[in-house]
Amino acid sequence: MKVGIAQIRPFLGRVDQNLDKHAQFIEQAKAEQVDMIVFPELSLTGYNLLDLTFDVARVKTDEQIQSLVEMAAGIDIVFGYVEKSSDHLLYNTAVYASDQKIVHTHRKTHLPTYGMFDEGRYFGRGQRVRSFPTKWGRMGMLICEEVWHPATTYLLAQDGVEIFLFLVNSPVRDIRTEQFANQREWRLLTQTNATVYGAYTLFASRVGSEDGATFLGNSHIIAPDGEMACEADIFEEQLLVTEIDLDQIRRARFQMPLIRDENLELTIRELKRIQKRRIEEVDGL
Amino acid sequence: MNWIEEQLSKAPFLRLDSEQTTRLLVTTLREEIEKVGFQRVVIGLSGGIDSALSLYLAVRAFGADRVIAVRMPYRTSSTNSLTDAQIAVEETGVESITIDITPQIDAYFNRFPEASPLRRGNKMARERMTILYDLSAEHRALVVGTSNRTEILLGYGTQFGDAASAVNPIGDLYKTQVRQLASYLGVPQSILDKPPSADLWSDQTDEGELGFRYIDVDILLYHLIDLGLSAQQVKQKGFDPSFVNHVVARIRQNQFKRVMPIILKVGSRTVGTDFRYLRDWGV
Repeated sequence: MKVGIAQIRPFLGRVDQNLDKHAQFIEQAKAEQVDMIVFPELSLTGYNLLDLTFDVARVKTDEQIQSLVEMAAGIDIVFGYVEKSSDHLLYNTAVYASDQKIVHTHRKTHLPTYGMFDEGRYFGRGQRVRSFPTKWGRMGMLICEEVWHPATTYLLAQDGVEIFLFLVNSPVRDIRTEQFANQREWRLLTQTNATVYGAYTLFASRVGSEDGATFLGNSHIIAPDGEMACEADIFEEQLLVTEIDLDQIRRARFQMPLIRDENLELTIRELKRIQKRRIEEVDGL
Repeated sequence: MNWIEEQLSKAPFLRLDSEQTTRLLVTTLREEIEKVGFQRVVIGLSGGIDSALSLYLAVRAFGADRVIAVRMPYRTSSTNSLTDAQIAVEETGVESITIDITPQIDAYFNRFPEASPLRRGNKMARERMTILYDLSAEHRALVVGTSNRTEILLGYGTQFGDAASAVNPIGDLYKTQVRQLASYLGVPQSILDKPPSADLWSDQTDEGELGFRYIDVDILLYHLIDLGLSAQQVKQKGFDPSFVNHVVARIRQNQFKRVMPIILKVGSRTVGTDFRYLRDWGV
């Protein structure tokens, strides 16, 4: 399977221009015989939208969204946008499009609302974390902050994921070592998840800046054995293309059958106990 | 080991990766200027280390031919400042403009001969700001800022004066980090080594006026702001209590310089409160 990561710099709040950019990258990926191209979080809109969130929100059936879905012919496309639901709620959403249809929609479940992030002010919380079948095996999409909550990757892994798709917008901070702090932390997360779940992990990360905050880039792919398969540079737009060997998933899981040995009963039982205790104890823990 | 390295070895938590920091600042300075339709920048060059660092970063971002350095001396400005600024201009090869602000400053204060150094200093800083913004329009060049993080936090600058700019590449760097990066980028030694001064009156030095050394206040600010320790906690760590109290008070008292003017709310979508957009709206 040949995969591509579109490490793009979206225009803030310009769905029209971003659509053109998506078309260019998809065109290039098709020319390179890419089977699936993954764009970063909110790739159609840019990140720190503030009140622009209302303007860029689109329903699933919107003409612009559908025009992008229609480009998914001979190539599967993963992208992010601000979704408006029928009850007028807004979601930070990732879409998997194949054969000109949306085959899976994921609404971001964990919205960072602290420090420089303000997503909880604008977005509703997604309520589902699910894997879905594709032509190349089961995949699961997670959007940025979600990956920092181990429950999300755990759930996807138990739900059969063979390929993780992480759609990310990561602002650079703390430049006291050659690797930025956020770069180091993300690398830990992608390598850990790939290794403990024996899954390919695709990290699609945007570049460019918004009001002085610089997004990392450094998109990369980790093989199921935890090794780096390939990575893009920081800060520059790039189409990162590589061939991945799906048989590596089988080999990794034969070698370390961690999913087989997972004990869902235990996890659920203990979680229920903890949940009950939290409800009973007014003051939390 | 030079004195900047010595300071950093005492405060290793302030040390930046020079190469990566430069790459970040140069990349994003270029993007933030160019994406709003500008190809050139204008920088007020005092002869001090902050504006020199902004200049050297701008030259890396745009090339010398797209950077305009402006020297704006007053008759009491030190000649060393003017010479140091000239050395930086020559070493970078940028176009430079020199505008003596003495006539307009003196014309104004002839009406107020008793005006305090504070008033005079603020007036000069704002005069320089208006010149930079005028040249900005003339040359279609955005004003690049030269205020560092230490002085922004301490409020050691003039509101709507030297604090004004379109994009400030060094506003998140403590003075100690400005020194590290300036040294890395090859800012002339005479600029690195001289005592920092606002140069608003003769023999003025920042550290003399502030009453403490930059390295000491940077270490304190790091503990208070970056590590999020309370005043009480940093005192327990051994910082001088009166120093801590003084700095904490300065940070609070000067918050007004760090925000846009307060708008009295009347409607339902007030600019800055619930009318919220980035400057980078649409770009």
